[in-house]
Amino acid sequence: MLTDLRPSELVYRGLKSAGIDIVASVPCVNLQELLCLISSDPDIMHIPVTREEEGIGICAGAYMGGRSPAIAMQNSGLGNSINALASLNMLYGIPLLMVISHRGTQGERLVGQIPMGRLTEPLLNAMGITFFRPRPNDAEEMIEAAWSLAVSERHPVAILLDIQFWEWRAAAQS
Amino acid sequence: MKRIDAIAIIAEMADASNALIVCNLGYPSRELFYVRDRPENFYMLGSMGLASSIALGLSLALPERRVMAIDGDGSVLMNLGTLATIASFAPSNYLLVVLDNRVYGSTGCQPTCTSRCTDLAAVARGAGVRYVRVVSSEEELRMSLSGSGVVVAIVEPGNADVPVVPLSPEEILSRFMERASPRMRRS
Repeated sequence: MLTDLRPSELVYRGLKSAGIDIVASVPCVNLQELLCLISSDPDIMHIPVTREEEGIGICAGAYMGGRSPAIAMQNSGLGNSINALASLNMLYGIPLLMVISHRGTQGERLVGQIPMGRLTEPLLNAMGITFFRPRPNDAEEMIEAAWSLAVSERHPVAILLDIQFWEWRAAAQS
Repeated sequence: MKRIDAIAIIAEMADASNALIVCNLGYPSRELFYVRDRPENFYMLGSMGLASSIALGLSLALPERRVMAIDGDGSVLMNLGTLATIASFAPSNYLLVVLDNRVYGSTGCQPTCTSRCTDLAAVARGAGVRYVRVVSSEEELRMSLSGSGVVVAIVEPGNADVPVVPLSPEEILSRFMERASPRMRRS
């Protein structure tokens, strides 16, 4: 049954259904299992990067070379990526799927995550970047739809995965 | 060596090997367009610092195709981390050429840190890039362009008096992708 899968597996299935074949990443504790799944998939090239903005550039180049790229990062990395998203992806019309661990949301324990946690949606809105907030049971379908939208609109699209999303496993299985 | 002459040599060598070029924004793209425009040139118009990273993504996506990045000292200093990523993947089809004129040439020639103490070739080596060379003449540059890794080419500051690239971002991307990517693979 689909709901027996862990949140990370459901996100991974979404990437597979979307046909994502290259993923740049900067880790977040909530992305660790997803990044392991991506690394062990021979059909996905995993590019750990040093900074999110660099990953935006690598994903743009990969798209220009015929790949279907995604970046996996924490929402703090959105702040590091804004100029690249605007003056590379949005300027030229280069699609990108952004899988974002949204920290600073309900249940956050680190005060340092709060400012970007609050700014994430306003920043995406200001940039005109469509975002989805799936629950685990619709994550696969929503991620696939998000990539289709990115391609048809030639624009970045974001998936926001908050703390509740990742804690779903504990709630369901403990 | 003037930068426009270095760019002409890089473009000639790229053309001979059917290589894709990702070119840094500002005057370097204008000079490249002026000396040898071709659809295989991707002219950056924004996202300063990312020429090296865009070219890395291209080279990983197209391992059979030669990819060259034309970058500058100011923009490499803005994205030094990518040298570590380049080193860790070390694609054999990837060459980063840093045209080091010691200044931010497109914004009024303010000095960069390479004008004082920073050695970008040493930084690249320290990041783990295996093949790094420094060239300062046209002949040395010509000899250095066939391999992979990083070339730091010392050039004079100053921009050639050439017009802006008269292409829209959409045109730059679409004609580049027609030549770059085997679109059939995507369906």
